[in-house]
Amino acid sequence: MSLRFTRAIIVGASSGIGAELARQLAAEGCDVALVGRRRAELDALAAEIAKHGRKAIVQTHDVTQVDETPLVFERLVEQLGGLDLIIYAAGVIHVPEEGVWDARAEMQQLQVNAVGAIAWTTPAAAMFEAKRAGTILGLSSIAGERGRRNMPGYTASKAALTTWLEALRNRVSRYGVNVVTVKPGFVDTDMTKHLTKKPMMIPVNTAARLILAAARRGDSASVFVPFQWWLVAMVLRHMPSFIFRRLDI
Amino acid sequence: MSAAPLRATAARRVLDGFGNSLRSTSLSARPTNVEELAAVLQQAREEGLNVSFRGNGRSYGDASLNTNQLSIDNRGMTRVLSFDPATGIIDAEVGVTIEDLWRTGLPHGWWPYVVPGTMFPTMGGCTAMNIHGKNCFKAGPFGDHVLDLDLMLADGSIKTLSRTQEPDLFRAVIAGLGLLGAVTRVRLQMKKVESGRLKVRPIQTHSLEEMFDCFVERMPQSDYLVGWIDCFAGGASLGRGLVHQANYLSAKEDPEGRSLLALDAQGLPPSIMGIPRSMMWRFMKPLTNDAGMRFINTVKYHLPEPHDHEGVFYDGHVSFAFLLDFVPGWRNAYGDSGFIQYQLFLPDATARRAMREALELCQRRGVVSYLGVFKRHRPDEFLLSHGLDGWSLALDFAVPAGDPQKLWRATNDLTALVLEAGGTFYPAKDAVVSAEAFARAYGERLSRFLAIKRQLDPQTLFQSDLSRRLLLY
Ligand SMILES: Cc1cc2nc3c(=O)[nH]c(=O)nc-3n(C[C@H](O)[C@H](O)[C@H](O)COP(=O)(O)OP(=O)(O)OC[C@H]3O[C@@H](n4cnc5c(N)ncnc54)[C@H](O)[C@@H]3O)c2cc1C
Ligand SMILES: NC(=O)c1ccc[n+]([C@@H]2O[C@H](COP(=O)([O-])OP(=O)(O)OC[C@H]3O[C@@H](n4cnc5c(N)ncnc54)[C@H](OP(=O)(O)O)[C@@H]3O)[C@@H](O)[C@H]2O)c1
Repeated sequence: MSLRFTRAIIVGASSGIGAELARQLAAEGCDVALVGRRRAELDALAAEIAKHGRKAIVQTHDVTQVDETPLVFERLVEQLGGLDLIIYAAGVIHVPEEGVWDARAEMQQLQVNAVGAIAWTTPAAAMFEAKRAGTILGLSSIAGERGRRNMPGYTASKAALTTWLEALRNRVSRYGVNVVTVKPGFVDTDMTKHLTKKPMMIPVNTAARLILAAARRGDSASVFVPFQWWLVAMVLRHMPSFIFRRLDI
Repeated sequence: MSAAPLRATAARRVLDGFGNSLRSTSLSARPTNVEELAAVLQQAREEGLNVSFRGNGRSYGDASLNTNQLSIDNRGMTRVLSFDPATGIIDAEVGVTIEDLWRTGLPHGWWPYVVPGTMFPTMGGCTAMNIHGKNCFKAGPFGDHVLDLDLMLADGSIKTLSRTQEPDLFRAVIAGLGLLGAVTRVRLQMKKVESGRLKVRPIQTHSLEEMFDCFVERMPQSDYLVGWIDCFAGGASLGRGLVHQANYLSAKEDPEGRSLLALDAQGLPPSIMGIPRSMMWRFMKPLTNDAGMRFINTVKYHLPEPHDHEGVFYDGHVSFAFLLDFVPGWRNAYGDSGFIQYQLFLPDATARRAMREALELCQRRGVVSYLGVFKRHRPDEFLLSHGLDGWSLALDFAVPAGDPQKLWRATNDLTALVLEAGGTFYPAKDAVVSAEAFARAYGERLSRFLAIKRQLDPQTLFQSDLSRRLLLY
């Protein structure tokens, strides 16, 4: 099966992987709604997409404003004239300094990366269940496999997102809804700019290509991007805690 | 009291018609008392949302769907407010089900006068549709046994309605499709029964004419009469089937019957032929196609039911009334495209001819109903009731996955046939009738109903997918 997407919402489209996914979707003939906080970035991307002759709707929205989400979602679906794909790519990362403990910064990652994802994917899942079709794609991370000392809130948020998407898949795949969990390793974007160690980093257009290929397969899966990270994940997951806690990752 | 903003915070619910062929999402609220209900209505008005009601979703089509708008769930209000074992009068909140009624009444010798073929409908759904049972020719519809009810209007105020208190509105709310307001409470008279079982006589009828004749002959001495038709049979056997005549038993006729009023004597068996009931539909699925159903209908027609030397058998009230509930999830056997029910209501004068034409038409078009149910009706006092001095035939059609148009063409022709025969349609079963056809069938009654609607609900707060399809505003 190869799905063709014609109307997509991309949450977290103003930069990085989300922006590239929007570009590639538009290039293959998909109308897109671009969601994020930064208006200028979204406008620039929309202009670029419009050149390809596709519709690009710009929607500024902060994903932590969860009471707005259902209304924004509904409006975008209406403007697109339906929906067959929603991508949740919004994410933030906070790497605490040694000896600094900042609860607000930690919680913010759960709000954006996990709670925001629940707020956006819930109305989409309801709609897709009724339609007996549709794709929900969430950008989780290899970081969700274990709780890491260098990014505790981030890893917790991605673990929550991974589990949420798995549950969603188990809830709706019997209704023909495709739920895809994407776990990238390192991708060259603003997010990784400040990180020091970035093994096996890939360019953002490669990442987007692999991600869309997984979405199009329509087989409701969880994928590593690139797939080699699967092996790393296996090793990490099975590593005993007394060793894992000694790793500076 | 005010409710939280609905668009931002209400849960979403995927709602389907029982036929599984229509489905959409709505915002959903489940008030647990009238104060909460009033607050939800006010909030909906402020947000410009329109409102429909949902009982247990046992309507086959779009009657309890309200796509992208608000659906109020009766299941928050499920208390039996009072029950008097001396008089059989029960006062119930709107989410109380038919099952709750018999569970409350039967141990004391009271059975609901009117029950549908399933025990899950709520008081709200039964009132709004003015449902009928297998005894409609004798007991009339549900509304005939309603003593009074409460209706919450769009502004949150409550009116108590009865045959003496605003009788015109009472007669419009029953069978009013939930379009005049929220029914919140219903007081009903139940029927005294002395035995927990019925005497049932199965009668094979070799043709449609025989089925009609059998009813005409037996109606005077029956409490229940229902016909089953093998819709695949053609030629001289067209309309062949089985009639079930059932009668209440007095304490004198059935001295042991009293002990069978106990609830444990009434339950449905947990398995059928060793297959757990909850799994049954999976075994039905491979047979749910034309070939399989032709076979099953033939077997059912020829297989004599176990009966005694007088040709009767005894059946509990529950298993006689709710045969379809024996197989939970049976509708899933129809697969992903689902099915529709189409029930033709035909006046006595034209019914024999029109029903024969309907069966022939279906066979000609290659859309044959897997189940045909035949009943006798009578007219009633409710403004928009489907009841008439005539007959009905309920047909269950699988929606052909590849070519749904084939079915819609056939149902269009059935609709033309019903109109030409002077019949009516029943919104609880309908998913396909057009606004024009509905208006033609209901004529001046519809205009009177809409006049009341416009006066009580000028903002058209109460709507549903059905009301928009049939232009009921
Ligand atoms: C297997 C099966 C057998 C059936 N057999 C029969 C039968 O023999 N005879 C018969 O007449 N029907 C029969 N039905 C149909 C069923 O009885 C009706 O559709 C009934 O209305 C379902 O009740 P519900 O509570 O599920 O309501 P829903 O289907 O959820 O809603 C039905 C209507 O009631 C309105 N409504 C619900 N609550 C309220 C409220 N609080 N205030 C105002 N309006 C409200 C809704 O707006 C809607 O228009 C059968 C259905 C099934 C599935
Ligand atoms: N890059 C990687 O190596 C890598 C690896 C694994 C997983 N991921 C995940 O992939 C996703 C995309 O990351 P990226 O690398 O493309 O990073 P990025 O360029 O920083 O993009 C993050 C996106 O999230 C949006 N966002 C952040 N906070 C938001 C908020 N409160 N409201 C609305 N939108 C918000 C941003 O938009 P605004 O700032 O305009 O709001 C931006 O569009 C993230 O979920 C990330 O965790 C990335």
